[in-house]
Amino acid sequence: MTSREKILQQIKLNKPSEMALPSNFRFDSNFENTESKFIETLTAIYTEVIVVKNKEALLAKAAELYGAVVNRATTIPELGGWADFSLNVSDPHELEMIEIAILQAEFGVAENGAVWISDKYLSHRVLPFITQNLAFVIPRKALVNNMHDAYERLLDTTGWGCFIAGPSKTADIEQSLVIGAHGARSMVIFLIEEEE
Amino acid sequence: MSKAIIEHSVASETFNKDEPYVNWHDETLWFVRQKRDKSSKLLPEWEHLREAASGIKNYVLSHMDELLTAFEENAKQNGVHVHWAADAAEHNEIVLGLLKQHNIDKMVKSKSMLTEECHMNEFLSRNGIDVIDTDLGERIVQLRNEPPSHIVLPAIHLKKKDIGDLFHEHLGTEAGATDPQYLTEAARQHLRDKFLTRRAALTGVNFAIAETGGFVVSTNEGNADMGAHLADIHIACMGFEKIIPKQEHLGVFLRLLARSATGQPITTYSSHFKKPREGQEMHIIIVDNGRSTQLGRADFRNSLKCIRCGACMNTCPVYRRSGGHSYHNAVAGPIGSILAPNLDMTKNADLPFASTLCGSCSNVCPVKIDIHDQLYKWRQVLVKGGHVPQAKEIGIKAMSIVLSQPRFYQWSGRLGRSVMRTIPFMVNNSMNPWYKQREMPEPPKESFRDWYVRNRKE
Ligand code: SF4
Repeated sequence: MTSREKILQQIKLNKPSEMALPSNFRFDSNFENTESKFIETLTAIYTEVIVVKNKEALLAKAAELYGAVVNRATTIPELGGWADFSLNVSDPHELEMIEIAILQAEFGVAENGAVWISDKYLSHRVLPFITQNLAFVIPRKALVNNMHDAYERLLDTTGWGCFIAGPSKTADIEQSLVIGAHGARSMVIFLIEEEE
Repeated sequence: MSKAIIEHSVASETFNKDEPYVNWHDETLWFVRQKRDKSSKLLPEWEHLREAASGIKNYVLSHMDELLTAFEENAKQNGVHVHWAADAAEHNEIVLGLLKQHNIDKMVKSKSMLTEECHMNEFLSRNGIDVIDTDLGERIVQLRNEPPSHIVLPAIHLKKKDIGDLFHEHLGTEAGATDPQYLTEAARQHLRDKFLTRRAALTGVNFAIAETGGFVVSTNEGNADMGAHLADIHIACMGFEKIIPKQEHLGVFLRLLARSATGQPITTYSSHFKKPREGQEMHIIIVDNGRSTQLGRADFRNSLKCIRCGACMNTCPVYRRSGGHSYHNAVAGPIGSILAPNLDMTKNADLPFASTLCGSCSNVCPVKIDIHDQLYKWRQVLVKGGHVPQAKEIGIKAMSIVLSQPRFYQWSGRLGRSVMRTIPFMVNNSMNPWYKQREMPEPPKESFRDWYVRNRKE
C-alpha cells in the first residue's frame, strides 16, 4: 500500500462523524467611510496614501517623489516614460537592481490595509518583493470593507496572487519593530480619483 | 535524535535561576498577548469569527479524506506535483530526492514548523545539503544551533546583546552593536545574497484550499516569496490538517490569524500560490506523522484545528516563565503539550503537566480548541498508561482519594490550613515542589465551606 492510501485509509477509519459546514461565516463591517478607514489603517502600518486625480497627476507626482532615483520600474503603461528600467527580462534575478517599482494593484481592503496583486498585472511575481521601495496604484473605487468582501471579488483567481499590507517588517530582535526585512523598505499607495 | 530529554520541570528550574531575565521574558510575551487583546476588541464580531472558524474546522476534521483528495486533484490540474508522506522520515526523503534529482545542494527555507517537527535540517545537512533559514528569527536560532523557542517568534528568548554577539561572529557586524535596525540590515544583506543564488526554496503552508488546489503562505518579512519566486523549484510542506474547504473561508482565518498572533490586522504578505510560474516546478508534500492517529483520539482530535498563531503560548503563565525550549518539542506551550504525547507518550509525559490549567489558552484560541481540558485529559491517560513518574502518580492518586471523599477533604483542608499557620516551614521548604518559584499563600482562617455554613445560619 502506498503512503497515500495508508494515510487516507487511516483518516477514513479515524475521522469523527459528519459535522456540517457553518453557513454563517461572513460579517459586515459597516465602516462610516471605507476610504478613510483604509487610509487610517495604512497609516498605522507605515504606509503613505496619496490621492491623485488621474494618471497624468500620478505621473507628475511620481516624477516629483522619485525623480532622483535610478532604476525605476512600472507595470503601468502611462508611466512608461517615467521608468528607466525595463521589465522585459526573462530571468527574475535581473530585477535585483530595482530601487522603486510602481505597480497596478487590483483592490484594497479597508479593515487591514492590504492590497491585492496577482499574475493578472504582474509579469514577475518576485517584483514587489525584490524592489527596494514599492508603490501601488488603485482606482479609488476599488476598495472593499473587509476580507469577506475581498474573497467575494476573488472568485476567479490566477496562478498566484498576494495580499500585501505595508512594507516588509520584522520584530524578531527583542520585539523592536524594524521596517525593511527582506522585501520593500517603504510603501506608498496612490488612489486614482478618476477611473472608469 | 538521541539527545536525552530534560523534563520540563527540571528545565524550567534552570530557566528560572536568572530572575530579571525570566521577568523580561514574561513581560515581553505578555506585551504580545495585550496587543492581541486590543486588536480583537476592535472587531465586534470577534467571538462569532472564532465560532465560525471552529465550525469550519469541525467540518474539515469530519471530511478530511475527501478534502485532501479534492485538493490533490485540483493541485495536479494546476500543474503542481503532490506527494504523500506517512511520517517524518518519508517527508525528509522526499525533499532530499527532489533536490538530488535536480542536482541541488543548497536551499533556502522560510519558516515551517513541520520541518522542525521532522528534524529536516539535520537530516539534509547529514546528506550534504546546505539549508539556510530565511526568517530573521529562524536564522538567528539556526546560527546558534538551537531550535526555535516559539512558533511565531522563534528568537523571543534572546536579548539584543545575544544577537549582536552572534552577528558579530557570523556576519561580521561591529563588536558590541545591539541596534535592531543595524542588525536587521546586516541580515538583509546576508540573506539577499542567498535568495539570489539558491535554486530551491522550501516553504510551509498556512492554509491549503481543497476547492482550488492552491495554498496560502503568510509572512511579515516577505522571505517565503523572495525564496519561492526566484527558485527553479518550490517545495511546500504541509501537515494534512492545514486543509480548508473553500477559498472564501480564508476570509475567516486570515482575519483571526495575525490578530491572534501579534495583534496585526493581517500579516504583511499573504501569498496565494496556485500554479507554478513559467519554467518553475512546484511540489506539495502532504504529511501525516501521527496526525491520523490523533484524529482517532476523540478527546484530542480538536488539537488538529490549530492554525499555529501562538496566542496560547503568549498567554500561558507557565510558558512565559519557563521558555519554549523547556518543552523539548518543535511546538512548545499549551498546544505543543497536547500534540507531543500523541507522537511519543513516554518521552512527552511531562508536558501536559506543564500547565496551571487556568484556561487562559482556551480563552484566546481563535479556533476555540478546549486546550486546558485536553491537557487535563492527557494527564489521566498518561497516569493510567503508566507513563508518569511515580512521585507525580502518588500525588495524583492521593488527590483523587481526597477529592472523592467529602469528609476526608474537609478534614485534610483544616489540617493543611492549621499546619500552614502554625508551622509554615512544613510547607515552605524545598521538599514541597509547590514552593518552588512561588510564595505560598497566607492560609485563610476558615474554609469557604465553614464560612458558608456559619453565614447561612445568620
Ligand atoms: S492552539 Fe489555538 S491559540 Fe494555540 S497556536 Fe493553535 S490556534 Fe493558536
